Amino acid sequence: MEQQTGTFAVKKGLAQMLKGGVIMDVVTPEHAKIAEEAGACAVMALERVPADIRAEGGVARMSAPELILKIMDAVSIPVMAKARIGHFVEAQILEALGVDYIDESEVLTPADVEHHIYKHDFKVPFVCGCRNLGEALRRIGEGAAMIRTKGEAGTGDVVEAVRHARTVLDEIRRLQNMPEEEVMHFAKEIGAPYELVKETRELGRMPVVNFAAGGIATPADAALMMQLGVDGVFVGSGIFKSGDPAKRAAAIVKATTHYSDPAILAEVSKDLGEPMVGRNVSTMPEVEKIAGRGW
Amino acid sequence: MKIGVLALQGDFAEHIVMLDRLGVETAEVRLPEHLDDLDGLIIPGGESTTIGKLSVDFGLFEPLRDFGRARAIWGTCAGAIFLSKDARRDQPLLGLMDITVERNAFGRQVDSFEADLDIEPLELATKTDAPYHAVFIRAPIIESVSGEAKVLSVLPDGRIVAAQQGHLLATSFHPELTGDTRFHEYFLSLVK
Repeated sequence: MEQQTGTFAVKKGLAQMLKGGVIMDVVTPEHAKIAEEAGACAVMALERVPADIRAEGGVARMSAPELILKIMDAVSIPVMAKARIGHFVEAQILEALGVDYIDESEVLTPADVEHHIYKHDFKVPFVCGCRNLGEALRRIGEGAAMIRTKGEAGTGDVVEAVRHARTVLDEIRRLQNMPEEEVMHFAKEIGAPYELVKETRELGRMPVVNFAAGGIATPADAALMMQLGVDGVFVGSGIFKSGDPAKRAAAIVKATTHYSDPAILAEVSKDLGEPMVGRNVSTMPEVEKIAGRGW
Repeated sequence: MKIGVLALQGDFAEHIVMLDRLGVETAEVRLPEHLDDLDGLIIPGGESTTIGKLSVDFGLFEPLRDFGRARAIWGTCAGAIFLSKDARRDQPLLGLMDITVERNAFGRQVDSFEADLDIEPLELATKTDAPYHAVFIRAPIIESVSGEAKVLSVLPDGRIVAAQQGHLLATSFHPELTGDTRFHEYFLSLVK
């Protein structure tokens, strides 16, 4: 048999290799090296971290190819990059650059207010955000090979990450416990493909790897998400907007591995310097929240 | 028989599912004391730099070396890199197997692939003749084997993707991502 590339198994498989790990946002090759040295399992190449996108406003787009290529050259771990929701040409460009994963991300300004990218057409795998199970399964239906709960990026406030992770996990528990005849109605209510709903019910988990994102800023935040039941964490602004990024990055990696060992969590949480300042999501005007982007 | 799976980072849960299917008792290994009562160990796929760094940080590096001198270890992908003597790059390596590996040897993720392999020792050990369907994710190749290490499997172009050295086993691919338990059975046959 010939070698087959771009299969769903290899797309989903890379996400499986990232499990139990931390994916870090980086804006320069130097950041990328600090992240790799700290034990990141992958990096997200960006021009601005979400906290700066929030602060500066304007339209946030795919990063410049030369920046992404420099970051790919700097490290041996997988490199992800973001495309705007629905912007399949940005995704084509990122695939041509050879990035290892594309994040079709609400952190960038959406290019389409109804449709996401048809991700089955690509050889490169995609990760997409969700706030609930229906959104996750719609993205998987379009071809996403990895999911992350959205949280509220660039805030350093973990509350939305917890809300979204708990929502997804609660919906899966309900799905598993309902009688067979209620499954179709459940699929209709959450707006998700019936076959994927059935698969989720049988597996007792999402059919692809599910990380947490959006607001994780401390080792305790990372361990909290892991104890809730996600497969790994994305840390965006939380590392390079803090006082001592290298130390904090290494501590979050350790906390993600030893998430259920409070003595180790206490040890790695010591002497980390200033965390990112953060913004309280509960007092944030609705118009500033980005998790609602995604259809 | 009790088999540990190094659970610092990567797809350790997938290996545990395969071992469960074979009715083997398992344990997740995150600290040196978790190695104590094990008969064998699997080092899963993941990022070899992450797994290496965490092994050093939590005092597992020397205990893992000692374990591998006496007991069976199997490394898949990142685990194979971690078992090697040389990965042509500065990162923590256990150096238990006389193999040199090249990381990401097939290219980036878009070059990750699936392929069928003929692995004679595996077919003999499991009394089967179906080809082994292998999944390669940003996979390393085993550039060369030396000393006691033997080639177990090659691609049609001759590149080495599995090697064995006594009770130590290294594969570039991921048997834990398939439904085929034959490679896990083969590993268990090496566990004393």
